[in-house]
Amino acid sequence: MVKLRKKQKKVLYRIIIAAILTLTFVLAPIDYGEQEKEIKFCLFLIPYLIIGYDILIKAAKGIGHGQAFDENFLMAVATIGAMVLGVTYTGDYEEAVAVMIFYQIGELFQAVAVDMSRTSISKLMEIRPDSAFIENDGELEEVDPDDVEIGTIIVVRPGERIPIDGVVTEGSSSLNTSALTGESIPRDVTEGDEVLSGCINLSGVLKIRTTKEFGESTVSKILDMVENASSRKSKSEAFITKFAKVYTPFVVISALILAIVPASVLLGLGMDPEYQMWIYRALTFLVISCPCALVISIPLGFFAGLGGASRQGVLIKGSNYLEMLSSIETVVFDKTGTLTQGVFEVTDVISNDIPRERLLELAAVAESSSPHPIASSLVRAHGQDIDRTRVTGSEDLPGKGVIATVDGLAVAVGNWRLMEHLGLEIGDIQSIGTTVHVAIDGRYAGSITISDIIKPESAEAMKDLKKAGIKKTVMLTGDADIVAKEVAGRIGLDEFHSQLLPGDKLEYLERIIGESGDGTVAFVGDGINDAPSLVRSDIGITMGSIGSDAAIEASDVVIMDDDPRKVAIAMGVSRKTMRIIRQNIYFTLIVKFLFLGLSAVGLVNMWLAIIADVGVMIVAVLNSSRALSYRHR
Amino acid sequence: MKKKFNIEVDCANCAAKMEEATKKTPGVKDAVVNFVMQKMTVEFEEGADLNDVMKQVLKNCKKVESDIEIEI
Repeated sequence: MVKLRKKQKKVLYRIIIAAILTLTFVLAPIDYGEQEKEIKFCLFLIPYLIIGYDILIKAAKGIGHGQAFDENFLMAVATIGAMVLGVTYTGDYEEAVAVMIFYQIGELFQAVAVDMSRTSISKLMEIRPDSAFIENDGELEEVDPDDVEIGTIIVVRPGERIPIDGVVTEGSSSLNTSALTGESIPRDVTEGDEVLSGCINLSGVLKIRTTKEFGESTVSKILDMVENASSRKSKSEAFITKFAKVYTPFVVISALILAIVPASVLLGLGMDPEYQMWIYRALTFLVISCPCALVISIPLGFFAGLGGASRQGVLIKGSNYLEMLSSIETVVFDKTGTLTQGVFEVTDVISNDIPRERLLELAAVAESSSPHPIASSLVRAHGQDIDRTRVTGSEDLPGKGVIATVDGLAVAVGNWRLMEHLGLEIGDIQSIGTTVHVAIDGRYAGSITISDIIKPESAEAMKDLKKAGIKKTVMLTGDADIVAKEVAGRIGLDEFHSQLLPGDKLEYLERIIGESGDGTVAFVGDGINDAPSLVRSDIGITMGSIGSDAAIEASDVVIMDDDPRKVAIAMGVSRKTMRIIRQNIYFTLIVKFLFLGLSAVGLVNMWLAIIADVGVMIVAVLNSSRALSYRHR
Repeated sequence: MKKKFNIEVDCANCAAKMEEATKKTPGVKDAVVNFVMQKMTVEFEEGADLNDVMKQVLKNCKKVESDIEIEI
């Protein structure tokens, strides 16, 4: 529930007391006699001062400091004017009190709304560890994580959050990394593994040697990013700030003209100038002069949007980027680690006459003692524990492969050079990825293809982007053309460029940026070796690299897990936020100018003016908070 | 040098005015007020005395909006 701060509670009490007093004076059947106006004035002055004293004081101070046009001053002028007109013209005092009451309700609501959205976002980001534990003579001592130096051994017990990045020196456990990655499956760690701050230790006690200071650790970086995000102002915010600067003076000057000109003209024409009526209308103008609804709802909308995005596991570095995300036309992807998993796995086994499982088994056993990444892919694909005693002899041929004796069979595992070395035909194999050939007892037995696996979400990600109206999706890769073509075809990319050296990627990106003209170009990479492209693109997006400082530094948007569909989700959040912000701008402006017009011709009194003004703000603020919740599709 | 301060400010418009006033204070290179987080980041000029500058910043901010607070 909403918790009011002390200051806010005080305002609430004042609102209630002033409202009750005003109602009593209006409804009580008092016979005022001849001095009705004067007595009423004195009576209504009580609630007026109760509810408005701070505004009057602020207004007076403001004049002293040369800040004449602030909203306190305008409210003070409008209500004092209304009280005076009450004596001489309308006989209506409750209006001035009501204006003050509603104004205070509006201010209170604004403060509470901001508090609430702040709380909801801090909850989202409740990953800041308050303390670290270090072992001192066998006893645990609680210290401020800020005071822990690099290289200190910290102890993290089950249920606690790792406060600082480091390496496990003792113990093993599983970690809940969901705060960082959105991934719900726990990750197992043991001695020698690197661990990131922000993860929760689930099972065993871990001793960790810190490798970074607290301020440089992952958790601090993320929090900094989220906290500072709304400081980078977007175009819409800049527009509103400018608008607010001219709006208030414009309304005040219009009010002055309204107070003087029509009356003078009427006087000039020899008619009753009705001064008081025109002054009353001018005062109504002042009531609508505060740009509050706009000034509050736009940053609040962006803030909610940034929070909504982080709820989806997408960190956006600034309101400006949130705004830009909605207008992306071209998305350029790096292949490895972004659209593919960057992990090499066995994707195909072709066997001439023995069962495929047997071929894989023999190859895996033969390679089992090799440190080569291909060997580990084979072992992983085999999926069973390997009894290394089955290998009775092994010969390593650098650049070719391995020839080993397994179960008494001579098993040769390697590339085409090895087969050539053995004098064997391999036939024409057009496979996507790296091909490993296997020969058994001098006869060619088959081949195993190892390739980078396309992420299962990649194809859907492209569909989502197309649905979101992206004009072009491009993939840049250093891989061979045949591999790139296959991947691009299966995922459904519009365009691909292959066999690029790291430097070429930037060149191609620049060409794409040139072709797209004014259209926004986003680059999506895994943060490894693509920092220049991330910086050069309009929006640099990294994914799955939360531990990499360089990636976080260079990118504008960080996707915490490695799901490429999040690009479209981030765009969705952005579009929803921008839609809400536009609704707020138009709605507020239309209502404001409508009421300015109506009050100029006397169709709206002060009551309605203030209710409209506060109402607009409340609606705009509530509308803004919708940006916090985004549902994909 | 940059430093972050906790602030207390009630309305968004006042926050904008505070930012303006802080930027104009001598010794301040740049300032950003984050209304929603209730934080202010001030970038100081080279060699400026942090405490003196912040005292002046508080004074200038109080001028444009009396009902604010900065935790120095």
